[in-house]
Amino acid sequence: MSLSKEQIAQRIAKEVKDGYYVNLGIGIPTLVANFVRDDIQVEFQSENGILGMGPFPFEGEEDPDLINAGKQTITALPGASFFDSAMSFSMIRGQHVDLTILGSMEVAQNGNIANWKIPGKMVKGMGGAMDLVASAENIIVAMMHTNRAGNSKLLKECTLPLTGVECVRKIVTNLAVLEVKDNAFHLLERAPGVSIDEIKEATEGDLIVNGDIPEMKF
Amino acid sequence: MINKTVSNVEKACEGIKDSMTLMLGGFGLSGIPENAINELVKRNVQDVTCISNNAGVDDFGLGLLLRKHQIKKMVSSYVGENKEFERQMLSGEMEVELIPQGTLAQRCQAAQSGIPAFFTPAGYGTEVAEGKETREFDGKMHVMERAFKADFAFVKAWKGDEAGNLIFKGTARNFNANMCGAAKITVAEVEELVPAGELDPNQIHIPGIFVQRIFQGKDYEKRIEQRTVRPKK
Repeated sequence: MSLSKEQIAQRIAKEVKDGYYVNLGIGIPTLVANFVRDDIQVEFQSENGILGMGPFPFEGEEDPDLINAGKQTITALPGASFFDSAMSFSMIRGQHVDLTILGSMEVAQNGNIANWKIPGKMVKGMGGAMDLVASAENIIVAMMHTNRAGNSKLLKECTLPLTGVECVRKIVTNLAVLEVKDNAFHLLERAPGVSIDEIKEATEGDLIVNGDIPEMKF
Repeated sequence: MINKTVSNVEKACEGIKDSMTLMLGGFGLSGIPENAINELVKRNVQDVTCISNNAGVDDFGLGLLLRKHQIKKMVSSYVGENKEFERQMLSGEMEVELIPQGTLAQRCQAAQSGIPAFFTPAGYGTEVAEGKETREFDGKMHVMERAFKADFAFVKAWKGDEAGNLIFKGTARNFNANMCGAAKITVAEVEELVPAGELDPNQIHIPGIFVQRIFQGKDYEKRIEQRTVRPKK
């Protein structure tokens, strides 16, 4: 069974370790916060200027001066801080943020990522994604393995305008967990009930399968 | 104390001319200088270049200037929330320069600080780096980015005093703080303007030296773009 978006987020949450400062992108990454163990200390950074981001406010308590990078109303947890945009990206470029989780339209087997523009069609802008992928040591891409047309999003080379070069190390999709290294996708885990052949079929780039590949645990 | 107070938004915007480059604070609709934007619409200034992280929505924020075709060029990092923007961009009616958000912030900060250029890894190997100088530092490639040059910066703060000292609230600080002093004239509008001496100097986010004009804003709408809530238990 291929994973739901919530299950992708749930699997990624296992990568969040005690003491981490984490930046979550829009979409599936935002859901990761719901699944992080509550016996570890983690702070979420949102690049518009908050560290220590909490859950959505209770109805009636929304504050237009308290939003996340997706422009959603949020809350601030005890120990939170606010700051300006330049300082926010000092945290990111300066590698003070430990883990970046973001979505993507394409990832190439050399770690290139494309997620901000479809020429002539969709031009929303890169927001903070280029700063994040250029600087973060630890980037996990959360995305579906194939696009709506059924084509692989794990490619030999990106076809869309790049967001960053040789930066993605790990990918969690609805089918698999993969590591990106030595110019190939290395299969680490399968979604429960998904066969290696199904993953091969959905992966356009070079896929390395070494030994037995375990099913994901949640 | 050097008094920076002006009586209203009309006085605060004196000297604005067509074809100027304007910085506008805010992230999404949070912390945007609502009074100044309305005044720019009213004055019908033409062919302006706007440096702003976002472009508002169709009927609020910078969307109001867009709708009247007052903007010649936008410099932003994310413009996804605005259909009219997309239409003007794809049809070529408006020029758009999309740049990484951290680069946008740092180009403001550099202008504020008198740093003409800096190197950042953001955008290396992408179309953002095309035509720009690149250089390797410590084994990693970087792109040279220039400080902005702007005529006016419009920022919005929560509280301010007559000396132009500013305090922001929550995530409305965003680009507002970085744009102060990054243009020839910085205009700050505040929700609450108090006499000098009433703000605790320990709590000031932006000292008044970076602000040329400050005024008491009015009729803030403070619209929420994505109202997300959880049910009360």
